[in-house]
Amino acid sequence: MKRIYLDHASAMPVDPRVLAFAERYLKSDFGNPSSLHSAGLTAKTAIEDARKKIAELINAEKETCIIFTGCATESNNLAIKGTALRNMGKGKKVAASAIEHISVINPMKELQKSGFEFTVIPVDSIGMVDVEKLNDSLTKDTTVTSIMYANSEIGTIEPIKKISEIVHQKALYLHVDATAAAGRIPIDVQNDGIDLLTLSSNDMYGPQGVGTLYIKPGVRLQTVLPGGGQERGLRSGTENIFAIVGMGEAARIAKDEMRQESERLEEIRDKLIDEITKIEESYLTGHPNQRLPHHASFRFSGIEGESILLNMDMRHNIQIATGSACSSKTLEPSHVLLAIGLKHEEAHGSMVITLGQSNRLEEVPKITEAVKETIERLRQLSPL
Amino acid sequence: MAQIGYSKKVLDHFMNPRNVGTIEDADGYGKVGNPVCGDLMEMYIKVKDDIIIDIKFKTFGCGSAIATSSMVTEMAKGMHVDEALKLTRNDVADELEGLPPVKMHCSNLAADALHAAIKDYKKKGGETKEGQ
Repeated sequence: MKRIYLDHASAMPVDPRVLAFAERYLKSDFGNPSSLHSAGLTAKTAIEDARKKIAELINAEKETCIIFTGCATESNNLAIKGTALRNMGKGKKVAASAIEHISVINPMKELQKSGFEFTVIPVDSIGMVDVEKLNDSLTKDTTVTSIMYANSEIGTIEPIKKISEIVHQKALYLHVDATAAAGRIPIDVQNDGIDLLTLSSNDMYGPQGVGTLYIKPGVRLQTVLPGGGQERGLRSGTENIFAIVGMGEAARIAKDEMRQESERLEEIRDKLIDEITKIEESYLTGHPNQRLPHHASFRFSGIEGESILLNMDMRHNIQIATGSACSSKTLEPSHVLLAIGLKHEEAHGSMVITLGQSNRLEEVPKITEAVKETIERLRQLSPL
Repeated sequence: MAQIGYSKKVLDHFMNPRNVGTIEDADGYGKVGNPVCGDLMEMYIKVKDDIIIDIKFKTFGCGSAIATSSMVTEMAKGMHVDEALKLTRNDVADELEGLPPVKMHCSNLAADALHAAIKDYKKKGGETKEGQ
């Protein structure tokens, strides 16, 4: 049975063009960019080229606004702790939406332990940040407010430009986690009014093990990883050249091909949403149209998500994701699904599809049939 | 293919669950769990001379909730009710060649559901019900 992989938010393959472009930085051009000799210079040049490509993807003011980190989690930590600690003189408040990734929420909770006040901004039933609550919650003491560009579990795209206006009227810096959105929808940090932006390499077909943080000129933050002073002293550690070069090339490809590819995936997404919501007691989660082009998420009454995942995988060789408690380490349902107001028993029955390069429109009937069979079988087993 | 730390036997029972369904004139019925927690099990037993001659289940829950339900029905079928009452959660997990540690408590309720059904049978008068 041919595999249909529909979990690109969890992991993506590296684009073969990226691999071909970056491979030599593992094999022959392996110098340390801090070395003064020619091998070091080759590596340094390659890193600066990658920095430029990433700056172009998000329309950063200059290449030097881009800092390479180890992953999106690290970028989020640097953005939040770095600005909160550096600007303590201005205030000790931080804020984030209720549907932020755990790598945004947990650093803020950690700051709470050091006396910071952490405000959670609620979202509505389709995952849109409550801008009035945001406006009421922020004060001049709020040094960093973190709102994601788009959510990876429910696909909703946030009104970042409007959020930026509010943040800059009332508070200091806006950090945006664009892990799910980058390479899918256009991002313009200058036009959107973003101070700090997180990107992840593997979420746009680049190698794992690298992320970036965009830092607007003039934004003040301190390192959370002191050492040899690489990356303007903000992120020490010898650079992961292969991954950095790969991420740069992935960003270039994303910039060139995003529009066309997103249109292609949007058609598949819409077809899937049409077909799957025809199933009895199935519901779309997240925004009906202001959503990521590759993203379709659902919940089904009377069944549980881990069982959906296992049945789809074992019986149909289709890989999906779920926000069910039963598939999580903590045994708590996804905080995103609870934040949009789902009850625990509703949040258990969720399924998330994230499309990618390998998916084709012709796969829709097979996917739909597999989902139908899965739901039917599990409902037959269910006493509800 | 799915792993999540499940044994082959767990996946087999998840994919091909034994004794799914309900028994209309069941001699005992047990229900444990709660949809809020993500697991709900219903167990039906048919008893003759204190021997479980038929057993069916319905389960809402994750892979291990379904697999343990299926497993316990296989284990209990043909057993004396007092013997079946001694089956523990660990016995079920062992028979399935183990469960991931995180699943041992939350979704390993099948033995509890069986015990609830047997207690219901005993409450109704046990074998005196025979011949009615």
